[in-house]
Amino acid sequence: MRKLSLDRLDTLFAAIAAEHTLYLPVDGKAGARFEKWEDGKVLSDALNTVRSPKDFFFPQTDNLMDFKTEGKKIEIIDTREECEDFVIFGVRACDVRAFEVLDRVFLAEPADSYYENRRKHGILVSLACNKPLETCFCGTFGIDAAAPEGDIVCHKTADALYLDAETEKGEALLKALEAVTEEADAAPVEEQKAVIRERLAKLPLADLSADAFGAGKTDALFDAPEWAELAESCLGCGTCTFVCPTCQCYDIKDFNTGHGVKRFRCWDSCMYSDFTKMSAGQPRLTQKERFRQRFMHKLVYYPTNNDGLFSCVGCGRCVAKCPIHMNIVKVMKKLGGRANG
Amino acid sequence: MVDMKEPLMPKIGVVTDIRIDTPDVKTFRVVTPDGKKAFEHMPGQCAMLSVPGVGEAMFSITSSPTNEEYMEFSIKKCGCVTEWLHSMEVGQEITIRGPYGRPFPVDTEFAGKNLLFIAGGIGLAPLRSVINYCRHYRDRYGEIDVVYGSRSMQDLVDYKEIIDEWTKDSGVHVHLTIDREQPEWDGHVGFVPNYVKELGFDTNKIAVLCGPPIMIKFTLAGLQELGFEKTQVYTTLELRMKCGIGKCGRCNVGAKYVCKDGPVFRFDELDTLPDEY
Repeated sequence: MRKLSLDRLDTLFAAIAAEHTLYLPVDGKAGARFEKWEDGKVLSDALNTVRSPKDFFFPQTDNLMDFKTEGKKIEIIDTREECEDFVIFGVRACDVRAFEVLDRVFLAEPADSYYENRRKHGILVSLACNKPLETCFCGTFGIDAAAPEGDIVCHKTADALYLDAETEKGEALLKALEAVTEEADAAPVEEQKAVIRERLAKLPLADLSADAFGAGKTDALFDAPEWAELAESCLGCGTCTFVCPTCQCYDIKDFNTGHGVKRFRCWDSCMYSDFTKMSAGQPRLTQKERFRQRFMHKLVYYPTNNDGLFSCVGCGRCVAKCPIHMNIVKVMKKLGGRANG
Repeated sequence: MVDMKEPLMPKIGVVTDIRIDTPDVKTFRVVTPDGKKAFEHMPGQCAMLSVPGVGEAMFSITSSPTNEEYMEFSIKKCGCVTEWLHSMEVGQEITIRGPYGRPFPVDTEFAGKNLLFIAGGIGLAPLRSVINYCRHYRDRYGEIDVVYGSRSMQDLVDYKEIIDEWTKDSGVHVHLTIDREQPEWDGHVGFVPNYVKELGFDTNKIAVLCGPPIMIKFTLAGLQELGFEKTQVYTTLELRMKCGIGKCGRCNVGAKYVCKDGPVFRFDELDTLPDEY
């Protein structure tokens, strides 16, 4: 384990940035967001960035390929480029877990090379959550905000930042930072973890249970009458899916630039009516079916296909951002009693 | 450039023949620019065709894998991409990727069995592949019945091939029907589900259905009345798709993705899925 004094964070960031592009959460008018670090940028104290770091591997729009057309002829242009190593600093435990959720989709055979390329080159430096929010419920899904996963895991105490490498990638980076860090004892980190766990236990959503959900619970939950009431006020705006670190549905669209065609992948949302609309019909007729799809996918379908792993990480972004204050917590509370009974 | 295979990266296909099947269905023959098949497939599998700048869409591969020269797609004009495809001329290049999905179990569960194919309208497109596969390997299967219906005589897809080839095969029995009387039609008139019941098939066979949802619903009920079990009846589903590899989320029904776990399903398997297809 290594450490450095908090007043020397800039030295650490400069040392990382000397080798790799470094991104970290920075405060802005609309909340914290990941930005490229340069001298003068300060690490945000905010718990969550407004948008999750999934953008780094699965950007909102992604140019898949280009086409040139001439008469009846088509040329396909592979626009992919090998990306360079980059470091994302300050990723929270929930968001790190979200990458495992996304990995199981994008890296499953046949792997998505756009995602795989970035994922291979991304180095995750996570940061334990000293002050978890009232909207946090990562513990419900077995995530420990006091001990995140990551290539390097960081803990902040009153005066120092502690860094511990968890993977080969992390060890290589931490070794390169030996000049700006010093050998450290793990005791202060253990103390910090205990403080965080105490705070986590007192959160309003600490008791939220996912026991009623998970693999194989489709029959118990799909026809529940509660869906109608829960979905009634949903505007279908898709905000929840866009701020969600695990939502991975996408659309593929072509754009004619006038000089050729660019094919894009862009985020899409199962909350939108045209997501499933075909000339032959619409399998999810009302917002109730679309609303149900989102939560059933996160809490039942995904775990069914992925060894019980939930596709919600309890980051609380949707809880904070939904314009009508509907969210997965309310869904779990409402339906939770049902399947237990 | 990234030295990794990319499943979303298509190949170029050249349209070498366009056949007008019905007023709104055309069959397109596609090969690569060097005159080969773009890839091998099995009956029931699909391919993504695209017109750059217009869009990409999933189509069932109509031709049988036993056709070694080219692939065919019977496509009904009903949206942006299909409209564009219908306006193409021979020689036009498009893009193609695939094959996608789970095919009909032609070499396992179908082997040695009597087969009953039931199609309505453009629903013949995915079944033509499996019917021609079974005709090609005729000695591997028992008796083959085909019940096919459409709105009118003009709306029967592949009418020429059905009359000139299928009806002439021994052990292949074709039963055509149209919805309403027509002066030039001396065959059966009536809807497919009723015709199936009238024909009264015995249950020592596997049935395969494809057509509009309403036809599927009533035909399945009719077959059950005749004594068929759901484990004997197959269909192929159509849902909106973008990736074809179970990642874009669009064709997700329950824990299944129609693009990779289907499109072919047995009805007892469909019973385990939410009713969202």
